[in-house]
Amino acid sequence: MTDVKAPPQPAVTVAAPHKRRRLDRRHIPVLATLALLALMYGLGVANYDNFSDTQVLLNVFVDNAFLLVVAAGMTFVILTGGIDLSVGAVVALTTVVAATLLNDGWPAALVLPLVLLIGTTLGLGMGLVIHYFKVEPFIATLAGMFLARGLSLLINRNSIPITDPFWTAMAQERIRFGPGIFISTSVVIALVVVLAGAFVLAYTRFGRTVYAIGGNADSALLMGLPVGRTRIAVYTISGFLSALGGVLLSFYMLSGYSLHAQGMELDAIAAVVIGGVILTGGSGYLFGTVLGVLVLGLIQTILTFQGTLSSWWTRIVVGILLFAFIVLQRLVTRRAR
Amino acid sequence: MTAIVKHRLFWPAVVLVLLLVSNVFFAPRFFTITLQDGHLYGSLIDVLRSATPLALVALGMTMVIATGGIDLSVGSVMAISGAVACLFIGDLSDQGSVGGVLLAVGLALVLSLVAGIWNGVLVSVIGIQPIIATLILMVAGRGIAQLLTGGQIINVSSPPFRVIGAGYALAIPVSVIIVAVVVAAAVLLIRRSALGVLVEAVGASPTASRLAGIRSRGLTIMAYMFAAVCAGIAGLIFSSNVASADSNAAGNLIELDAILAVVIGGTALTGGRFSIAGSVLGAVLISALDITTYTIGVPAETTLLFKAVVVVILCLSQSAAFRAAVFRRRRTPAVTPAAEVPA
Repeated sequence: MTDVKAPPQPAVTVAAPHKRRRLDRRHIPVLATLALLALMYGLGVANYDNFSDTQVLLNVFVDNAFLLVVAAGMTFVILTGGIDLSVGAVVALTTVVAATLLNDGWPAALVLPLVLLIGTTLGLGMGLVIHYFKVEPFIATLAGMFLARGLSLLINRNSIPITDPFWTAMAQERIRFGPGIFISTSVVIALVVVLAGAFVLAYTRFGRTVYAIGGNADSALLMGLPVGRTRIAVYTISGFLSALGGVLLSFYMLSGYSLHAQGMELDAIAAVVIGGVILTGGSGYLFGTVLGVLVLGLIQTILTFQGTLSSWWTRIVVGILLFAFIVLQRLVTRRAR
Repeated sequence: MTAIVKHRLFWPAVVLVLLLVSNVFFAPRFFTITLQDGHLYGSLIDVLRSATPLALVALGMTMVIATGGIDLSVGSVMAISGAVACLFIGDLSDQGSVGGVLLAVGLALVLSLVAGIWNGVLVSVIGIQPIIATLILMVAGRGIAQLLTGGQIINVSSPPFRVIGAGYALAIPVSVIIVAVVVAAAVLLIRRSALGVLVEAVGASPTASRLAGIRSRGLTIMAYMFAAVCAGIAGLIFSSNVASADSNAAGNLIELDAILAVVIGGTALTGGRFSIAGSVLGAVLISALDITTYTIGVPAETTLLFKAVVVVILCLSQSAAFRAAVFRRRRTPAVTPAAEVPA
């Protein structure tokens, strides 16, 4: 536990460590996800023509960049043992506000910071309520979800197209690595977010406090860690990243719609869980969340390639994977005790 | 007088009455109930009728929340139950046969029961957090319902099935009677036996109740089974009312409304003490809110905003920390015990 670089283990540590180098328990869920990902990719390549194209893999990133950003925020929240149900609604609110203001002729340079600020403020508000009034995160963010979704419906019930030059430029800009091999700017933004998030979690005092709260909030408090500030910050980060995810979604869709991103909170939670973050908090990696998002994206890609399977199979497969990974988590954490 | 004001259902009841009264300004005939063709008609009856699926789901949710859990899968269970019943009835050679409809209803309820056992086992045997355990069925369940119906809306034209959600008996809507019977049975079973106390014990402290010799595992599974069956009945009422099974619309977001109804009814989400009457009142309140926004003429979706405000106010009023902060200002500082100091 003296290794500063590694995040602290969940509350209970293993006594009398074996000298023999064994597989770290904390890595098992992530490795399982990695194996699953490799298996799915292998199956895809074996069964479908053109599946091995590099662009197929890159498109998974292109189509899920916004989910990646939102899931990164959710990872912070779940690592503290909380949950944020408002992310999908904040994403929708962001697209609606951005589209409305842009259509009213506001400059993009003003709209962009404003929508990010709105999401951040909502997150901050929920964090404050959760911490100071000791309201369950589940309920406080549920209220935030109603609020954000209701606000966006109030602003406009219809889908609003975005024609702003900056937005369309961001939507069409492609970073090319070769003929037919490209990623969108959203992917770059998402990767920057992930790298920054991973750095913060692994190498900063704030990041270690996040893990400590998830491991045991009372111990963290007794250790003199800034539990309150960190907890509020985590929901603020989630709000900010949801708004950023909303911006990326509006790049992707070039429209603002109050019914965008319905159920995205569930996708984000599923990605985090499949990525091996322990739901009670305190253990897991942002890298795992990236793998979780990739698994969700690959499921959709495979279903598209298959063509005959209906889209609702996605839900069933995601449900089965959720079940499998949660049971795996239980086994891993139980053996550690 | 203070006893009435201090009753935990006083404020929800006041809000309900205010909501109903506010309708009169927009629809003068709001409170008139007329008897036509032996059926009661009127806005108040509409409020009750539209509250029925939610009241049932909230009833089941109350028991789950009392054990310290939560059930997110109720909407999916509603969809599965409606889909199964409509599929079965659609395959009948004579859609009007009462026996066939009863069989369909039985099949739907058995499947709901299985869903409840699944949730209960995940929570109490495998030990997964309730939010996540039921999230699995919430995600997969709607997929299963869509798989069953092939993604289509299954229409049925079965008079006996239609009775469940849209029929009348003794001038009262059958769905209201069903809910009344289920609620009465639940109250009788839970409050007239030790069951309610045991459930409260499990919710208040699982460890203490286990040490006291309560089999919390069985009780928890039973609570989830009860919630799923309630959701199953609600699904039947919903699909019977529209004479079809729509796997997307059935029970969409009803888990959130149900949780809201339970919270309005004064049951704390942390488990322990619960109030069945409160949850039913909460369900009627939400239904009245929906109908009020409709009569006033604001877009139906803005009820979400109202709900957000209601959730915030209720949660703050239930939060001990918030009450301490508010009342500290009113009293003299010397008397107040120090509020829990947040770090």
